[in-house]
Amino acid sequence: MSTKVLIVDDEPNILMSLEFLMKKGGYQVFIARDGSEAMEIIDREEPHIIVLDIMMPEVDGYEVCSYVKNHATLHTTKVIFLTAKSKDSDIEKGYALGADLYLTKPFSTRHLMDQVKKLDKVRKGEHL
Amino acid sequence: MNNLGWVIGFSLGYLTLLFALAWWGERRAQRGRSLVSNPYVYALSLAVYCTAWTYYGSVGRAANNGIEFLTIYLGPTLTAPLWWIILRKAIRICRVQRITTLADFISARYGQSLRLSYLVTIVCVLGIVPYIALQLKAIGSSFEILTSSSLVAQSAGTWYQDSSFYITLVLGVFIIVFGSKPLDVTRNHEGMVVAVAFESIVKLVAFLVVGSVITFGLFRGFGDIFQQAQTQPALQRLFVMDEEVGFSRWFWMLMVSMFAFLLLPRQFQVAVLENRKESNLRKAIWLFPLYLLLINIFVLPIAFAGRLTFPLGNVDADTFVLTLPLWADREGLALLAYLGGFSAATSMIIVSTIALSRMISHNVLVPYLVGSKPLTQRLGNYFGRILIASRRVNIILLLLLAYLYHRFVASSYSLVSIGLISFAAVAQFAPALLGGMYWKGGTKQGATAGIVVGFLIWGFTLVLPTLVGSGLMAERLMEEGLWGISILRPYQFLGLQTMEPLAHGVFWSLFWNLGAYVAVSIFTMPSSKEQNQAEVFIEVFKYSEAYDISIGWKGRATVDEIRRLLEQFLGHARSQEILAAFAQTYQVDWNAQTVADARLVNYAERMLAESMGRASARVLLATTLKEEEITLEEVHNLLRESQHLVSVNQELRQKSEALREASEALQQANAELKMLDGRKDDFISTVTHEMRTPLTGIRAMSEILADNPDLEGEERDNFLHTIIGETERMNRLISQVLDLEKMDSGKMSLHKTRIQLNEVIREAVESFIQVIKEKEIALQVDLQGSLPPVVADRDRMTQVILNLLSNAVKFVEPGVGKIVITSYFIDGEIRVRVSDNGKGIAPEIQSLIFDKFYQVENQTVRKPIGSGLGLAICQRILLRHQGRIWVESTPGEGARFSFALPAEPIGRPANPTAL
Repeated sequence: MSTKVLIVDDEPNILMSLEFLMKKGGYQVFIARDGSEAMEIIDREEPHIIVLDIMMPEVDGYEVCSYVKNHATLHTTKVIFLTAKSKDSDIEKGYALGADLYLTKPFSTRHLMDQVKKLDKVRKGEHL
Repeated sequence: MNNLGWVIGFSLGYLTLLFALAWWGERRAQRGRSLVSNPYVYALSLAVYCTAWTYYGSVGRAANNGIEFLTIYLGPTLTAPLWWIILRKAIRICRVQRITTLADFISARYGQSLRLSYLVTIVCVLGIVPYIALQLKAIGSSFEILTSSSLVAQSAGTWYQDSSFYITLVLGVFIIVFGSKPLDVTRNHEGMVVAVAFESIVKLVAFLVVGSVITFGLFRGFGDIFQQAQTQPALQRLFVMDEEVGFSRWFWMLMVSMFAFLLLPRQFQVAVLENRKESNLRKAIWLFPLYLLLINIFVLPIAFAGRLTFPLGNVDADTFVLTLPLWADREGLALLAYLGGFSAATSMIIVSTIALSRMISHNVLVPYLVGSKPLTQRLGNYFGRILIASRRVNIILLLLLAYLYHRFVASSYSLVSIGLISFAAVAQFAPALLGGMYWKGGTKQGATAGIVVGFLIWGFTLVLPTLVGSGLMAERLMEEGLWGISILRPYQFLGLQTMEPLAHGVFWSLFWNLGAYVAVSIFTMPSSKEQNQAEVFIEVFKYSEAYDISIGWKGRATVDEIRRLLEQFLGHARSQEILAAFAQTYQVDWNAQTVADARLVNYAERMLAESMGRASARVLLATTLKEEEITLEEVHNLLRESQHLVSVNQELRQKSEALREASEALQQANAELKMLDGRKDDFISTVTHEMRTPLTGIRAMSEILADNPDLEGEERDNFLHTIIGETERMNRLISQVLDLEKMDSGKMSLHKTRIQLNEVIREAVESFIQVIKEKEIALQVDLQGSLPPVVADRDRMTQVILNLLSNAVKFVEPGVGKIVITSYFIDGEIRVRVSDNGKGIAPEIQSLIFDKFYQVENQTVRKPIGSGLGLAICQRILLRHQGRIWVESTPGEGARFSFALPAEPIGRPANPTAL
């Protein structure tokens, strides 16, 4: 069973690029355009890795992250913040909510993919 | 009848009560609850003006001379409004200069002249002793009448049979006990003032009660008495003014009583020296005249009642207040009348003797004692005791002197004439004192000459005849003049024959007094010290703060010398207190300072003056410290300096106020700047965030293209087109930022012309036709025909409409989207509305979308994609056109953006040039 990756962002160009990259990396990709849509998919698909934007209308990325980290069945799910919010306080808040990684935009596609692969291994190692 | 026991008992009881009151007043003051600072107590204490002369003598005067008695009370009443000017100034001067007596006041003004201080004291003693004698006479005769069986006062036998002698002794002891206090307390006599205020109530109440009983009990009211009096030819003339001498006499009596109210030592004592609050004057100004009115209401009725009851004239009119109740066999009332008279007399005696005894010791005795250095050193620590003893001896001596005068001279004169002679005596101080308060040109020589000349003429024209009358001098003098020179006749001085004796004496004495004062002042140069004091007296309200530095003193003294001096005369504790107070006022450190400066010397002098009088303190310092005569120039410099200091102080206050205001304004400006700065930060992070979004896409996609050279054609094209679109987005953003910046900094110039908005809308819609077709959007254009023109920048209006249209296009779904654009005229303005059926705008964002600054950091909500800064620019364009823009939206149902512009008023020509 291939690793399920959920991409959450309200910017179509980002979604398009990430979807391409993840599919090419061999992951099963899901897409959400805002926080509430993301939560629906999380409940339904229980993704293994979530790439999460913060600034979105209504439900924001922080909420989604804490939703995942407090979820009864998703304790191995990895959360990567991918956001334009780059202040130290934002980053601290992200990690405090239980994020596994915090990357700022604009980002290096190679670095992102390496990190996703690494987290996927960690996740699987723990799982084994 | 024999009331001796009763009368003595009541008199002593009354004195004991006074003593208790005085003691209580002192105690209260020591605990900081001074009664004397109460304005009512102050006003009542002023009523020490009403003595036995008022109490008994007014009736006597009215019975013989009619309404003339009123002049004595009208004088002070007429001048009452001026107290705020004159009395307040005198009070302030005394407080600042620590003046303790009337003699101090005059001598201090003329350069602390010792000679003047002696002179004033002598005049006061000679002028006032008869007046005290008058009070003794009143007590004595009222005592006699009450205790003997006859209504006519008996002439007393030898002195040991004379009741007034014993009364004098008792009073003396009483005054000593509560009038002369330890040396180191302040100059105020708290207890004395309380007692005097109480006596003022007693005499008023007694007089009113006696008056109403006589008027309404013995007679049937005012009407009855006056009607009966009208029928008697002898009494008719009492209702009107005496036409022959009446007017000049009224004038001079008014004049003399005006001066007396201020210049009698006892008045000066209670009104000026014992004043605690200048504001008390405000109440006294109306309360004291009211008191005078009340105490005079029954004078005429009692006088007429007496004349009607004792038509033979064998009962002295001065005793009517007492003899009428006795005649009616109302002994209780007679006793009350006696007590009222007793209180009137004692209050005067108490205050006068205390004031005079202070004057003698402060202005004559002590200056003499401390004037000699070896004597001062020998007296040393006994000084305080000597001072108190001298005051006590003075009191006894004064009373004995008064008794002697009473015994040998006064008995043949009425109460009023003796009183008026005293009034005329103190009136001699008027030119020197009042002139000194308002005329800087007055000099020591002038003041001395005026007082001496006035006093001599007073003695010659007013006192000499009383000596003749009592047989002490030859009768011949009155008729032939001094040394047989006819122009030196006491009642026709310099040949003036038309005036009656009192007016004559007052006129001549004041005339020569004033003349000598002015003339000699003009022809003499004041010493530097005098000039200094003149300045400080006349400008007291200006200098009261900076007094210690404004007084010239030049010499060498050490702090230790001053300390020793203070300790010697005031005791260790008090001197410590004084030095500590000085150090605190002037921020001086005694360990660091060894040389006494002028401030310290003057301060010490004032403190010494509190207990020994101004003149004494001056002499003491002059003999113990090495003082050099200060030059005129130095005085001027000092005064200029202190004046400068005062104005600099004022300037500093104004400046610091201005500074405070400026710093407040700065703080406000700073806060505004900080806010603007914060908003600028917000703007920058908004912009950078907005830039990062397309940048992120561009980078991600370029990397994908670089890493995947084998990408399929369609996918590759898709990425490339997006990259191009995103760069355009960035470019748009940059121009918008620049646009906004231009508008905010006011650099945007508008080219306003008269335009038809409908035309602009049609052109804008034209450019969107292609996009709308592609997205399959339904567009409805609904423009009202014949819209009034607007004056606006055509390009900017196009920009606004395009922006609203492109937003609408962005937010509607392809296929089902519908956009309606309308224009209409309402309330004098033209409105344009762009509605869509897109997803709408959440209420919390509606207020944000026109704002270029919104808090990216603290809010996770974002403006709708693509709106960028366009709406913020639209808003600024409309504001510059006196228009407005707003949005209405229900999320899920679409949004309606509207803007309004004022229509061009009809008939007004458009201005085609740039505005």
